[in-house]
Amino acid sequence: MGDVLVIAEYQGQRFPKTTMVALHAGLELAKKRGGNCLAVIAGDQLDGLAADLAKYGVSKVVVLEHPALKEYLADAYSCAISAVAKKLGAEYVLATATAIGKDLLPRIAARLEAPMASEIVAIGEDNTLIRPMYAGNALASIEMDGPFKVVTVRATAFDAAQPSGSSAAIEKVEAEIDAGAGRMQFVSFNQTKSDRPQLTEARIVVSGGRGLRSGENFKTVLEPLVDELGAAMGASRAAVDAGFVPNDLQVGQTGKVVAPELYVAVGISGAIQHLAGMKDSKTIVAINKDPDAPIFSVADYGLVADLFKAVPEMVEELKKVKHS
Amino acid sequence: MKILVPVKRVPDPATTIRVLPDGSGIATDNIKWVINPFDEIAIEEALRIKEKQGSGEVVLCSIGQQSWQEQLRTGLAMGADRAILVKSDGALDTLAIARILTSVASQEKPELVILGKQAIDDDSNQVGQMMAEMLGWPQATFASKIELSDGKCTVTREVDGGLETIAFPLPGVITTDLRLNEPRYASLPGIMKARKKELKEIAVDSMGIDLTPRLRIKTLTAPPKREAGRKLESPADLVQVLHSEAKVI
Ligand SMILES: Cc1cc2nc3c(=O)[nH]c(=O)nc-3n(C[C@H](O)[C@H](O)[C@H](O)COP(=O)(O)OP(=O)(O)OC[C@H]3O[C@@H](n4cnc5c(N)ncnc54)[C@H](O)[C@@H]3O)c2cc1C
Ligand SMILES: Nc1ncnc2c1ncn2[C@@H]1O[C@H](COP(=O)(O)O)[C@@H](O)[C@H]1O
Repeated sequence: MGDVLVIAEYQGQRFPKTTMVALHAGLELAKKRGGNCLAVIAGDQLDGLAADLAKYGVSKVVVLEHPALKEYLADAYSCAISAVAKKLGAEYVLATATAIGKDLLPRIAARLEAPMASEIVAIGEDNTLIRPMYAGNALASIEMDGPFKVVTVRATAFDAAQPSGSSAAIEKVEAEIDAGAGRMQFVSFNQTKSDRPQLTEARIVVSGGRGLRSGENFKTVLEPLVDELGAAMGASRAAVDAGFVPNDLQVGQTGKVVAPELYVAVGISGAIQHLAGMKDSKTIVAINKDPDAPIFSVADYGLVADLFKAVPEMVEELKKVKHS
Repeated sequence: MKILVPVKRVPDPATTIRVLPDGSGIATDNIKWVINPFDEIAIEEALRIKEKQGSGEVVLCSIGQQSWQEQLRTGLAMGADRAILVKSDGALDTLAIARILTSVASQEKPELVILGKQAIDDDSNQVGQMMAEMLGWPQATFASKIELSDGKCTVTREVDGGLETIAFPLPGVITTDLRLNEPRYASLPGIMKARKKELKEIAVDSMGIDLTPRLRIKTLTAPPKREAGRKLESPADLVQVLHSEAKVI
């Protein structure tokens, strides 16, 4: 009882920060529930990754290798990982709420006939978990029962795990995959090309909204600020819907949740759905020409100004500060 | 092709949500109820598929109280063919909702189930994936484009870092993302027609499904409020405070 199985997602030969967050949350949950934290990694040819994963304080790394797991696909992964959870008797199956985490974990929950808590932000006492609902307008304290429980964690709500100084055992387990699975087929991945930091990993995020008026303005007006700050770029839904920037830049209730040290909102009104994705940022700056824009109600520093004038000026000022 | 579209009734996204002082729920007195925006996108997509193929049936299904009829009628007015209301007054968790929908799908035998990716009240993002597993079907979540040909479905998905395309043979489960389409409004003739369309009611207890909640909300609390800070006079001032006061640059 109390054991936690963390699904370790990887990108190429590395673990993104979101995976380290899942490990940290998994270790904390296991400690509070009096169990061990184990990690599972699935795919093809995983020796290097498994050895790396073993250094982060987990008590065991389970490796699932199978040609059908080479590309992530929900049906095969759900079979293979659920079988491991059962075999190990892990009470909790946990991952970060990335696109894969959101896609996969409910499927595992259904297979294990387990309840699932999405995007928890804290682990409470008395067997409770805390998660936001209603675009972050309410925090729910929830309780689950049954032999298995499935959890995704919000990447911004937990720290990243650190190397523990020792190395856990690595165990290879035969992947069990239903004959019926494998009907899903990977076709292609069209990656958004960018040399900037990833939205969910960046220390600074600069987001643009409808106020930017065009994709061209994102390039000529906003990007110089983004790059001067070494920031990741984000956007409101309105800017994404209008086609100014790619879909995966959307910050908000139904997009990405970020909590960088500095969040700069430019030409964004601050609808509740947008706030849900950034209001836990450490310092928030808003630049908007409307003094009554709701974004100012969460901003530490506000600038009521025309962005087309203010943003280039800010870039100039930043250069001065840098060189002083 | 027959398409099943599960529809949830939720507070209008423009409504301000307030947690009740005793933490038992949210204040519902001033709420306008609507179809979950992602489910509206699902209905629209189902209608477009039917229109493109020139035949087929779009069936809506809600699990909720009598009042949810309103949203089902709106969906029928958009153009759906018929609706099923599984009547339940008690609190159900996502696992129970998925079980009920799976049972409905087993009877209706649709070739596609299209759901919203998430209900904007509970923000769970679970039911579609759970249903796919229970049915043993392929799934394509967060769809921003759907193409059908010769019993095969190709879906472009909004994932981290870009767009992924996957394919599967029907039947399957799809959940919608925001950019899939722009839902139509119900027309006046559509509203008139909808009154005569079939809206079947089923009592949830008659379905013989284990509905015991495995997940319970103990309390709701309002999140800590962030205080508004101060306004600055110029970009130069802003850069100064970020540098010397907030020390973030
Ligand atoms: C189901 C659902 C899900 C949603 N999910 C999300 C989500 O995840 N993320 C999200 O962001 N939104 C989401 N939304 C949309 C949200 O409700 C708002 O519509 C959206 O955030 C508005 O984007 P915006 O602030 O860029 O545009 P607007 O609200 O139009 O604001 C533009 C702002 O720019 C300012 N401006 C204009 N010109 C200038 C100028 N020259 N200089 C300075 N300021 C200027 C204006 O004063 C205004 O405040 C969702 C909505 C729904 C219904
Ligand atoms: N009570 C319900 N009745 C019908 N469909 C539902 C219900 N709850 C959830 N759904 C469907 O499942 C989707 C995802 O919901 P959720 O997993 O709760 O975020 C919604 O967009 C609906 O399509």
